[in-house]
Formats: sequence, structure tokens, C-alpha cells
Amino acid sequence: MARYLLIRLMSLGAALVVASGVIFLMIEVTPGDPARFMLGMNAAPETVAALSAQLGLDRPVGLRYLDWITGMLRGDFGLSYTYKVPVAELVADRLALSAPLAALALALSTLIALPAGLYAAARRGRVGDSAVMGLSQLGIAVPNFWFAMLLVLVFALHWRLFPAGGFPGWADPGAGLRVLILPAVALALPQAAILARVLRSALIEELGRDYIRTARAKGASRGRALLRHALRNALIPALTILGMQFSFLLAGAIIIENVFYLPGLGRLIFQAITQRDLIVVESVVMLLVFAVIAVTFLTDLAYAAVDPRLRRRG
Amino acid sequence: MSLLALDRLSVTLQGRTILSEVSLSLAPGEILGLVGESGSGKSMTALAVMGLLPEGARVTGSVRLDGREVLGLPEAALNRLRGAEAGMIFQEPMTALNPLMSIGDQVAEVLRIHGRMGRAAALEVARERLDRVGLTAPRFPLSLYPHELSGGQRQRVAIALAIALRPKLLIADEPTTALDVTTQAEVLRLIAGLARDEGMGLMLITHDLAVVAGMADRVAVMQGGRIVETAPTEALFRAPRAPYTHDLLRAATHRPGRVSQGEYLNQEETHAVSSWQKYSKSDDAPLLTVENATRIYRLPRPSAFAPHSELRAVDGVSFTLQPGESLGLVGESGCGKSTLTGAILGLDALQGGAIRLGNHAVGPKMPRAARADVQIVFQDPYGSFNPRQRVERLVAEPFHLTGRPADWRARVAEALREVGLDPADGRRFIHEFSGGQRQRLAIARALIIRPKLIVLDEAVSALDVRVRAQVLDLLAELQARHGLAYLFISHDLSVVHAVTSRCLIMQAGRIVEDGPTEAIFTNPRHDYTRRLLAATPRIPAGWIPKEEPAS
Repeated sequence: MARYLLIRLMSLGAALVVASGVIFLMIEVTPGDPARFMLGMNAAPETVAALSAQLGLDRPVGLRYLDWITGMLRGDFGLSYTYKVPVAELVADRLALSAPLAALALALSTLIALPAGLYAAARRGRVGDSAVMGLSQLGIAVPNFWFAMLLVLVFALHWRLFPAGGFPGWADPGAGLRVLILPAVALALPQAAILARVLRSALIEELGRDYIRTARAKGASRGRALLRHALRNALIPALTILGMQFSFLLAGAIIIENVFYLPGLGRLIFQAITQRDLIVVESVVMLLVFAVIAVTFLTDLAYAAVDPRLRRRG
Repeated sequence: MSLLALDRLSVTLQGRTILSEVSLSLAPGEILGLVGESGSGKSMTALAVMGLLPEGARVTGSVRLDGREVLGLPEAALNRLRGAEAGMIFQEPMTALNPLMSIGDQVAEVLRIHGRMGRAAALEVARERLDRVGLTAPRFPLSLYPHELSGGQRQRVAIALAIALRPKLLIADEPTTALDVTTQAEVLRLIAGLARDEGMGLMLITHDLAVVAGMADRVAVMQGGRIVETAPTEALFRAPRAPYTHDLLRAATHRPGRVSQGEYLNQEETHAVSSWQKYSKSDDAPLLTVENATRIYRLPRPSAFAPHSELRAVDGVSFTLQPGESLGLVGESGCGKSTLTGAILGLDALQGGAIRLGNHAVGPKMPRAARADVQIVFQDPYGSFNPRQRVERLVAEPFHLTGRPADWRARVAEALREVGLDPADGRRFIHEFSGGQRQRLAIARALIIRPKLIVLDEAVSALDVRVRAQVLDLLAELQARHGLAYLFISHDLSVVHAVTSRCLIMQAGRIVEDGPTEAIFTNPRHDYTRRLLAATPRIPAGWIPKEEPAS
């Protein structure tokens, strides 16, 4: 187990180093002066020179990379060019919205997919299965921003159950949560549709295996064979998808946050790109990469928790 | 009163008749052998008793277990019956256990499902049952997972959970078919002992007549979903009434192209010269020379800083094979047979020693034309063909070694004719052929570039006895016609005995015995060979009738 952990941790570290290098190179070393790029075509030369100095562009590339990395390790992500505040503060602010949103969406998608997948697998080939799979086909086909607008129309504008957008902050947790529900649903449904399909087919595959027959010969009911035996084995492919979905959730959040006017990370990076605030872009992208790699690591840990073969072999 | 009584049990599945009017009975403490070829309905009979037939099966007739009708019982009642009154052991121990559940929990689950105890108490009983099947305490803790056990040990776990509640009926469906002979002998002894000690009725399903000969009180023979004959074991072997039983017995002891001999059949023909032996001219230069072949695999480090341990899969193996000779290579799984085969085919490099085929050094870099001298036939007739290509393309495959001649279609037709198939079959796809026909196609594919040596890697192990006998005859005929040499790799000693003139016994990467097959089988020198022979189930001498059955 220690060996397995060590190997996963090392690959996590290596992935971070490579990713940071790629991000740095793309933004800092590509042709053209980042300062000029950030300020636009009509900027005065003095302004460009001032920004260059502020960014430390006159120093060697290697040193700048090291500065960037060590800065991030200290929690210093630099100063946003457009907002004139430390990027760390900006990101922390936005994370207070984006992290709960992603977690809520992930939880929702699991809560929907698990029973749907189990139900469809248990009723495979029958009407219930076809209905669930038809719905999931729809969930995959419909783009989430369109779905988000539909949710706003029905639940916010027509029935007035939830606010249509904006974020009041966490001063009143109930109000904050209410705002996040529609966006979380919009993010979660397509993911749930994919997850339910994967879970169903993994379950059906497991149900055909010999150990299920053994369990049934022991006197286990269909339900017990499904829940106690097949489900745990089917979790391995499902976990893979769940881990990958996290990055889709982050990407999806950029669009959904814009639809609902939520001041989250997605909106921050979107604005930073349009305003050419490279320092913010660089840091937020790095943060997202870190989040995805960390989730992959957690997925690997979850594999080991589920599968004893991974625990012992390392 | 009989423990189990089947009365005119018929099963149809999607309009196809699977079982028709099967009637059987089994007394408490009795061992009934249920024998037949694949698809004869043996397993379906067992599943019908357990109420585990595939969905959509239509069942008529009657299955009475301990006096109670099983057919038509509601699912909940069946769940109470399975595991408690009837336990079942399946063929494939590698996949029969849940890989994510400890063996203790899997055995304990039987006790807990049937609602008799909590986890701690159930684990205590599980401990006792695992001890009973020979997986005793300090070495086999309850916390082990299936992947930490060998095939034989996993089958013991499967047995422990089948007998956890001391059911009255135990059904064993090919319980040892996937196991090595020595393990098979142990597991069979265990099952028979359990049945006798606990007074269980045992239904032993197998395709292997030798297994039932040594174990069963009575034998029922199935063919095409029907019982063709039921009789006390010895009577069935000595005087089979049904022609089909007679065919099966003949096929099981069949010796291709040579007169049967030794303890298996009559003594006076023992010295008949076999056509297989006739072609081994030991004074010629050897066709294949294996000299001190060594292949070492590096295993993962036992701990982070320990050196790699290594597995000497093939450890200093030397032998020669003459043109036209049939050489047997026998060993249990993990002995290094497959690694050695890979090296002989030039697919895998050796770490020591050398292999020569004719004048060429064998290895991954050997010239293509030299590769054409050796071809292989694999065990699995289903997995070794690309299902999307037509048979003529499949059979012509080896031509990529030599270049495809202009008359390749004619050559394919000839090869098909030689293995007893129709040249028109070349236009068909592989799924249209039976297992035996596919193995004929594999032989045609090996034959088409006129190799000098064909490696037969468990080539008849997956075939039913009657088909196996036909394929062995075909191989003998082809050898006589083309002067082929065979390297016959198998775990099945009786087949190797029947078809080879010389034999190597391999254990843990080494050849432990090498000599004429007959001498090895009658007078084994090495202890391991003796153990193998002792473990091989066999039909007692004198049980096989020579004459045609009385009509």
C-alpha cells in the first residue's frame, strides 16, 4: 500500500512539474511581448515598459519560472493586472463559490446516476431499462447551457422557486445554497447521464460473471447479488468516469457560471482571458490543473480502497 | 427414499430443446457421475435442480429434492433452498469467487444469508469449514483475497462455501477440469471424502470418464439433452448398453494410428509398431536442438529497497527432436512449458543457451524463411482465428513468411482436403465451424507451408473425446504422409501416452525425465513423474470392452 501511494504521489509531482512548465512556456515564451499583448495595440511605449518591469520580463526565463513556482508554493500568485489585487485573494474569493458548486454537482450526479444505473441493470432489457437509457441519451445529447436556460425559464422565471442568477455570498448559507441549486443541476444532469450508462453496462458485465452465479448458488437473492457483489466490482470503471468528470465539471462551470451570472472561477478565467490578464490566466489554469491532478490522485486512492488486488500489489 | 429425483425434466430455451425428459435419482450418500460431451445438457440439468436456469427457460416435468417439488417454487423459497439444502461447485475456480471480498466473508456469507448468525459467529464457522477443506489456520487467514490463492486453493474455498451449511445435496460441475492433475486428484479426494463423511448426495458432472470411473457409484450418460444410459459404474464401463456410451469409452482410450497397448487395453498387441514411431529415425541429424535453454523473468522487488527476485521459468533445458519424431512435453501449469514454446517458435529471446532448427539459430531475429519450418496449433479453437476473415485467408496466413505463391488458392484447397474439410469451406467464416472443425482448420493453417515441425500446444485439450480421437487420427495420418515432427505439449498424460514415442517431463523450469514414452509410463524414475502418473485418473484395466455392443 505504501508503495502504491508513493508511486501515485511521485507521478502526481511529475505531472505538476510538466504541466507548470507547459503553462509557463505557452504564456511567457511564445513570440511577442506579453506586456504589449496584455496592454493591446494602442498602448504607449512607457506603459509597456512599466508593465514589463513589473512582470520582471527583463530577467532570464529560467529565473522567472523559478520565481513563479516558488511564489505559488508560498501562496503568492502575483498581482492581477486588471483588478490590481493579489491573484491569490481573487482566486480564494471565487473558489468560495466554485468549489461548493463543483462538489454539489458531483454529489448530485452521483446521487442520480447510482440508483438509475442500478435500476436499469436490474431491469435490463425491459421497459424500465429502456426508459432510463432513453433519458440518459437525452441527457448526453442536450448541451448543458441550453439546459441551464430551460431551468431558469421554468424554475426561476415561471415558478419562481429559485433565483435566476447572481450570488449573495455565504453570509446567509441557505440563500447561498439556493442560488447554487439550479446551476448544480444543469452541470450534474449530463454527467449523471454518462455515469448512469457506464454504471449500467459495468453492472451488466459483472452480473454475467461466474462469481455472481456462485453467490446465487449460495442462496443470495438477485438484489443481494447486485448490491453486495456486482456493485462493488462495477465501481471501478464508474470511479474512472467520476474522476474524469471532475475536469468536465470545471470546464462546464465556465459556461454555466456565465449563464447564471455567478462570480466563480469559471467567470474569472473567462474575464481574465478577454481582458488579457495573463497573470490571472496563468495562475488559474495552474490551479485547475492542480485540482484535476489531485482528483486523479484521489481516484487512484479510491481504486485501492475498492480493490484489494491494487492494495497488495502496489 | 431418494434425495433427488428428476422425473421427465424438459427444458426449452428460445424454442430450442435443451433437456428432454431427463429422469434421474440420487440417494443420500451416493455419488452419481453425470457424463457427456459439451452441450449435452449436463450443466443445464444441474442448474435446473438449483433453480438457476437462464431467464426465459421453459421447464416441464418434476425435480424433487428431499421429497419437495422444486420446480415452480417462488424465488424466495428457492433462495432459502440454494446453499442450505443444495450446494454447488463450478468449473472455473479463477473466476468463481468475488475478487473484492475476503475468503472468510465469502464463506460466512452463506451462513449469514440463511439468517442463522451474526458476522463474528459466521466467521467462526467459516474458519472451521476452511479448515475442513484443507485451508488451515495460520497459513490461510480468513482475510485472504481470492487473488492471493492458487486455482486449487480457490476451488477449495468454493467447496467450503458450498458445504458451509452441510447441504444434503452437493453438485460439482466439472470441479477439476481447470486444475492440474495433482491438484485434481487432491480436490476429487476432498469432494468424495466430504460426501461420504457428511452423508451428502453428490452429483459429479464431468466430461472425463476416467474421473467418474474412480469415484462414482453410478453413472448417467447424457447426449443431446437426454439420458442415454444409467448404470452402476463398473457395469457401465464393462458392458455399456447404449451405442453412444460405447463410442465414448472407445474414444476415451483411443490410440491413433497404433494398436492400443499396455494396461489400458489388451496385452498381446503391446508390441505392435506404431506408425508414429516408425518415422522417428534417431540416426539422422536432429531437426530441433535445444541446448541449455534458460529464460529468467525479473519479478517485482519484494520491498522498496530489496533486490529484484527472479523466476527461472526455463532453467537449463536441453533436448533434441528428430525429423518425423513425436515428442511429448508434459508438465503442470507454471512449469515453463509456454515460455519454452515461445522460445522454440523464436518469439522470445533466451538469456542463456541456444536453440537450433535445422541449420538456423532460433530467436526473435531469425529469418522469415526459417520460421516457415515450424508452425503451431494452439489450444483454443475459438480464440485463435480472426473472426472477420474468410477461412481461405486464415489458412493462407503463414504464406507471409515465404511470399504468397500464385496458386495459393489451390494450396488452400489442398490443405483443407488434407484435414478432411471441403475446399468450398474456404469461402466461409470461422463462426460457421464447430470446435473440432476449427482445430482442423488450425492444422491446415500449420500445414500449408509444409513445415518440418508442428508444435501442438494443448491442441486437443479443449475438444470432446470423440472429436479428440478423430483429430489425433488426422495428426497421425498427416505425420505418416509428410514425415512431420510433432512437439506435443500437454498436461494430459493419457493423450501424450497415446500419441508420442518419446516424452519429456518438465517441472519448475527443468526437464526431470526424458525417455521413451512407454518406459516412462511403465517405469517412471523421477519422483515427480511418479506423482503425476499416480494422480492421473484412469479407467481400471479390463473395464473397457473390446467387442461391439450388443445391439
